[in-house]
Amino acid sequence: MSAIEDFPVVDNGLLRFLTCGSVDDGKSTLIGRLLYDTKTILADTLHAIARTSKKRGMEVMDLSLLTDGLQAEREQGITIDVAYRYFTTGTRKYIIADAPGHEQYTRNMVTAASTADLAIILIDARKGVLTQTRRHSYLTHLVNIPHLVVAINKMDLVDYSQDVFNEIMKDYLDFAAKLGIEDVRFIPMSALNGDMVVDRGERLGWYKGPTLIDLLETVTAAHVEHEEPFRFPVQYVCRPQDSANPELHDYRGFMGRVESGNISIGDAVTVLPSGRETRVKDVQVMGVSLPTAYAEQSIAILLDDEIDISRGDMIVKTGELPIVTKQIDAMLCWLSESPLDPRRKYLVRHTTRDSKAMLAGIEFRMDVNTMEQQPAEKLGMNDIAKVSLKLAQPIFADSYAANRGTGAFIVIDESSNNTVGAGMIL
Amino acid sequence: MTTLTKQTLTHLDWLESEAIHIMREVAGQCSNPVLLFSGGKDSICMLRVAEKAFRPGKFPFPLMHIDTGHNYKEVTDFRDKRAAELGERLIVRSVEDSMARGTVVLKSEDESRNKHQSVTLLEAIEEFGFDACIGGARRDEEKARAKERIFSFRDEFGQWDPKNQRPELWDLYNARSFKGENIRVFPISNWTEFDVWQYIERENLELPSIYYAHTRPIVRRSDGMLPVTHITPARPGDVVENVQVRFRTVGDITCTAPVESDADTIAKIIAETATTTITERGATRLDDQTSEASMEQRKKEGYF
Repeated sequence: MSAIEDFPVVDNGLLRFLTCGSVDDGKSTLIGRLLYDTKTILADTLHAIARTSKKRGMEVMDLSLLTDGLQAEREQGITIDVAYRYFTTGTRKYIIADAPGHEQYTRNMVTAASTADLAIILIDARKGVLTQTRRHSYLTHLVNIPHLVVAINKMDLVDYSQDVFNEIMKDYLDFAAKLGIEDVRFIPMSALNGDMVVDRGERLGWYKGPTLIDLLETVTAAHVEHEEPFRFPVQYVCRPQDSANPELHDYRGFMGRVESGNISIGDAVTVLPSGRETRVKDVQVMGVSLPTAYAEQSIAILLDDEIDISRGDMIVKTGELPIVTKQIDAMLCWLSESPLDPRRKYLVRHTTRDSKAMLAGIEFRMDVNTMEQQPAEKLGMNDIAKVSLKLAQPIFADSYAANRGTGAFIVIDESSNNTVGAGMIL
Repeated sequence: MTTLTKQTLTHLDWLESEAIHIMREVAGQCSNPVLLFSGGKDSICMLRVAEKAFRPGKFPFPLMHIDTGHNYKEVTDFRDKRAAELGERLIVRSVEDSMARGTVVLKSEDESRNKHQSVTLLEAIEEFGFDACIGGARRDEEKARAKERIFSFRDEFGQWDPKNQRPELWDLYNARSFKGENIRVFPISNWTEFDVWQYIERENLELPSIYYAHTRPIVRRSDGMLPVTHITPARPGDVVENVQVRFRTVGDITCTAPVESDADTIAKIIAETATTTITERGATRLDDQTSEASMEQRKKEGYF
């Protein structure tokens, strides 16, 4: 029996992507176009949009109205927070994280980027590569989004010129190389008219590459491209001793989601922090055995030996150990209006584990507009810096570049319980 | 035997796994959570997710329904039956009790009680000291929901502040709250109506009968079809018709309208959902049509 028969792939899964750009770049129009051309927008919503467009004196339907969410934003005419949209092509389901492009909302973009498999950076063909383009590119690179697409939009306003497209592509590649961005795809488009979004249109005949939707349909999802070590942070321990079923008296299921890699019955594993070694007795969902579980599956693991394990511990394969450390270097994005106070203790949440933490030093602050590294004493909202942190408890970590699940952490201010920082371990 | 080292999950597997992960985070981080179960299709999916998250153990939370007293009997009967089958504790708190206490005051006898559920919910949260309420809201339902976090913080008045939400990154959720505050958690945030129906089909989940096509007396009004019930009787001059209908959402009778349909199986409902031209709430929730921003307003006041 082959493992693939146990998990028949009836569809091409799910892809999460992020759109970066400001209202002026036509970002909302692009999302509206994707939803409209994939027939995701239903009649009553369309009528409401047509009505509002008319009320605002617009001749054509304003697709950007689809993504304008909250009252405050409608009043200001800008998107102030991350909104999530959904559409499906029948073969793949998509989750769009719609993040605002304005400078003061770096934190929202980092938030939206954290769960994305692909980023679309919008460039207005009339304006070319701007400061915000660099900022967006840096942030998507920082958050290590696997796929990057540069959509050169508003081609209708530059006569669909191939020269303009080539010029912008060259500019972009020049600075992208400096950031270390390697894998970029460029698509010329007019979201307004629908050229190269879902349909090819007839005005960009010189462009032979894929449309945006072609690309979205074919890029690989996370965890598929590289071999990854098995990482299993324990979320919850299931011990149904008091059940009427005597077979369950000794049941101990270690529940969690596979952050990366895979696990099979019989695999040799090590439990952290104890370092105890044992083997996998069973892998289950709802009490039913699976021969193998893969990244992103939520499962219960049963072990051969009785080992004391609780939430915050981690099960890994023996011989594939993460770094166990109480001192980390990380890129930290500060998300809170109250600045990072070097004298205070914060809480770091990494996988399912919490630890008190203190700032040990700020090596530099990154100017996300100029890409300059500057000295800094403290960090304010939207600042990104390279920092060292001292932890009270050890964590079991990989570098963020190698493993998002075990390289990422958030910082919580215990006096407010707010999430105030987002970190990526170097 | 082939050994695969990588595997792409189907979209339903991925959504289910995410929801299980979220429920386990609630169990791991919160000391006294509750799962809101109405007998509606979204909360029925959540119960299956909870089984996958916690069986063979018991759920680490009770189930609770805030009953407006205006629910379809088929749904409340189903609610009680399902909870009993699962062997899990069900708490029911009623808007009518809040009315008797005087904490809910209706402007008129026939006013929809839907928005008043917020009051009863907050009273129940206080009564039991719940620090987290797991709910079945989805982001595709409505514009304001599209921006709400999966772990959504509410102050002691149950209020949601859309401008001051906690950043939510990766799968690192922050469920911390001080006494009196609480967290609303939405494990199926990323599911669409279509995903829900597909999941019901895949998991072969039982539903209250009124989700399937049946014949029911209705009257047609300018804003849609209204069921004729003891709570919503026909007005003088109304033409009562017997029509083949089904419900896409079930809730308070005064604000849940059926749609014409002959879909009497899940497969037919899925086929209809795939080709429908009206959004779920647009077609069937009379309370959301009042103003473009009505959901946002209600959420700010403590509504789910």
